[in-house]
Amino acid sequence: MAGVIVPMWDNFQILVTAPVFNVQLILNGLSVGAVFALAAYGLALVWGVTSVKNLAQGDFVMMGGYLGYELSLHGVNPIVAIVPVGVLMFAYGWVIYALIIRRVIELDLFTSLLATFGLAITMQQVLNLVFGPDVRTLKSGFGRFELLDGMVDITQIRVVAFGLCIVLAVAMVLFLRNSRMGQAIRATAQDPRAARVLGVNTDLVYALTFSINSAICGVAGVIIAMIWVIQPFYGIAYSVRAFVVVTAAGLGNFPAVILTSLGLGVIEQYSGFILGAQFQQATVVGLLLVILMWRQTLLRRHRLALQ
Amino acid sequence: MTRPSLALHLVLLVAGIVAPFLFPAHSVQFAVFWIFVLFAMTWDTMGGQMGYNSLGNIVFFGLGMYICAVVQIGLFYNVGDYTAASGEIKIDFTDQQYYGGLALGVFLAAIGPVILAVILSKVLFGLRGPYFAIGTLGVAIAAAELTAAWGWVGGGGGISMPVFPGGPGMRERFFYVACMVTTILCYLFLRWLYSTRFSLAINAIRDDEDKAEALGLHTARYKMVAWSVSAFFMGIAGALFGNMTGFIEPLETAYPTLTFGIFMVAMTLLGGKGTLWGPIIGATVFYTLRELTWTYLLGWQYIALGVLIIVNVVYFQQGILGWVQARKPEWFGIRVETQPARAVKVDGKP
Amino acid sequence: MSQAIIDVRGVSKAFGGVIANHEVSLKVEPGKITGLIGPNGSGKTTLFNSIVGQYPIDGGSILFEGQEISRMNVQEIARLGMLRTFQQTRIFSKMNCIQNLLISVPHRKAAWRNMFGKHSPELIEKAERLLEFVGLYSKRKLVAGSLSFGQQKLLEFAMALMNEPKVLLLDEPTAGINPTLINGLIDRLKRANQEFGITLFVIEHNMRVIMNLADQIYCMSHGELLASGSPDEIRDDQRVIDAYLGAH
Repeated sequence: MAGVIVPMWDNFQILVTAPVFNVQLILNGLSVGAVFALAAYGLALVWGVTSVKNLAQGDFVMMGGYLGYELSLHGVNPIVAIVPVGVLMFAYGWVIYALIIRRVIELDLFTSLLATFGLAITMQQVLNLVFGPDVRTLKSGFGRFELLDGMVDITQIRVVAFGLCIVLAVAMVLFLRNSRMGQAIRATAQDPRAARVLGVNTDLVYALTFSINSAICGVAGVIIAMIWVIQPFYGIAYSVRAFVVVTAAGLGNFPAVILTSLGLGVIEQYSGFILGAQFQQATVVGLLLVILMWRQTLLRRHRLALQ
Repeated sequence: MTRPSLALHLVLLVAGIVAPFLFPAHSVQFAVFWIFVLFAMTWDTMGGQMGYNSLGNIVFFGLGMYICAVVQIGLFYNVGDYTAASGEIKIDFTDQQYYGGLALGVFLAAIGPVILAVILSKVLFGLRGPYFAIGTLGVAIAAAELTAAWGWVGGGGGISMPVFPGGPGMRERFFYVACMVTTILCYLFLRWLYSTRFSLAINAIRDDEDKAEALGLHTARYKMVAWSVSAFFMGIAGALFGNMTGFIEPLETAYPTLTFGIFMVAMTLLGGKGTLWGPIIGATVFYTLRELTWTYLLGWQYIALGVLIIVNVVYFQQGILGWVQARKPEWFGIRVETQPARAVKVDGKP
Repeated sequence: MSQAIIDVRGVSKAFGGVIANHEVSLKVEPGKITGLIGPNGSGKTTLFNSIVGQYPIDGGSILFEGQEISRMNVQEIARLGMLRTFQQTRIFSKMNCIQNLLISVPHRKAAWRNMFGKHSPELIEKAERLLEFVGLYSKRKLVAGSLSFGQQKLLEFAMALMNEPKVLLLDEPTAGINPTLINGLIDRLKRANQEFGITLFVIEHNMRVIMNLADQIYCMSHGELLASGSPDEIRDDQRVIDAYLGAH
């Protein structure tokens, strides 16, 4: 055990003696967390409106990343590629909705979970067949910022990505709050039957919500490909992260979803630095379990179960 | 047991015994078939009969596999040194040492997962529906990662299992029989279990857990036992499977969440959940499909699997047995009794 | 006056800022039928849920046969012998009627080994007799989910009787039942009370039913206890009439 503990302690010491590393970790964490925020936001949206829990969320992200990668091979600038990828993923989401999601909305919750799990397996395997199992990254052509006398450096693309995420999130909030369709979506989330009685085409709302989610994920994928790497089988990790965030923050509380995502990004960077990269995923899962148990004890005091 | 049912059981038993002699080269695949049946049956105890859809039952399989490996090696050698040499060290076990170690390993591989199930049931059964599924999925992923990071048991590099002492072809046959016997014992046990009031209790939990609580049912107790039963047989299956393949590692062999872990759910749904024979039929069909796709669609097999799961849950929810039941309910004893009710006579306390 | 079997003392319960029960005190006499009436939203079901352990209460105390139960959970209270039926009927929909009854046996003394017992012929006989009692004998092999709403209500009632409770809390037993069947139900409730000796505590909206049934009636309004008394006293109580007509 000592062989494991000592390096962790050493890593921890570095953070204390050289505080600039903290700045580096936090900045990295925030930029990654911003991408989590997009995926988690989409998940919460679909979950809240259609009650479908999309376990293929991360694979939509990966697919978006690969579409961006494919476009960049044809000379499209990755930043520009965000637009066509968003459109393509929107269309893809619509198709998936018509084929699968639409039929599981009314069924029990585990069915939707399993159907999207099957979708996740299919998508990652198709990506693997088409693009191969190697990790890929997108060259955005941006340079890096150096801060604090070069002690901290951050690629400019991370800053751009952070900005993009914020813009997208704000646009979504405005859309939901102000547009006619946004109102219909919120009404459906509260009570689909009442919404239907009042003339809302809930089927259209569901389709649109799912497609919007798909487009958001696609954009997140392009951003992830620019600031980090993509790989066909990394999707599940993003799905789990999105679930961690939504479970912790709760549905319908969008500011909390954003903040939790950013927090998770930072926590992950820290755990990767202190415990070692192989524990990064385990930390996320451990966090999920802790959150579930914590919420459960809170509910038990109210004599209820988490469902 | 009625005569046709007895005949059916006997035919299947004979087929099971004869199969490895007819096709000796396929013994390992046939053994995998029995393990698939066991996967589906034990998953159904939780997911089908009790309505707790676990995506993490595979954790018991992996735990059993590792416990057995560590016991088999650790009885005679330092496990840390053995794994550090990553397969360079070959221990010559005597027959007695090998079988003794295996027996103890399998025994502890059954007990360990039960203990884990009891602990997890305290933690996870407060979660319902999708939260439970995601929580258990999280446990399985975490177990794989933690094992991969644990150097003492070989980490991601895995463990080479002790070499089977028998002659060529004997290893396959030995573990084939072991898997078959375990699965048959599991079947007989569940068959008995489902004939007791236990089955009604877990069905009641599936249909409406709040109502079951309101009637005073000891729901926590039943849930814990149901999961422990699954864990017990999964642990044994893991121990046997690890020895049969000869080499174990965390991601692909011990905790394969995305293959075996999801297969067991797919098989049960395919056959029809909540019945004794549904998982067995589902496992048989699924196993056959899998062998065909693995043979003829190599490279595409996982895509075929994903599509199968989607089509199954989206378009064929009720499964094979459920489909039959919807058409022929009287075969399953669902009917209006036309005989007139006897005169209502209630005297005193019923 | 004998000791009350349920003794609710100053129970308060709020959901966020909404006060559902404010210092409610009432007593249910053993062997009697006690009614609880009040306009919609007056806190009747909340009080029921507090008594059986569904919600934690904010203040006060609830005694069952002299024992404090306000901190126990649903299962423990049910095992003491206090059972409730639900407003939205709840049965085990994929099991047949006989199985629904067999699983409803009292779990008071259930030991670990009882989990794996078989059902004795006497128990099955008893289940069939109770299904006869509620008129579902011919449907006993049908899946409970395929029954009509009214039949499911009767089934739930039979399940409650199978449990041999000391007290049965019924939340609107006649809601959603065909009016022609209501008389039969009243008759069965009375027989359950008299022949099986089960104390009943009933929430009911149908005045004709409750006046016919109850020995003692409590009326709630706006989360507080408004009046109590015999059916005749309640019928003539001006406060009760005002509450129902919406006057304040």
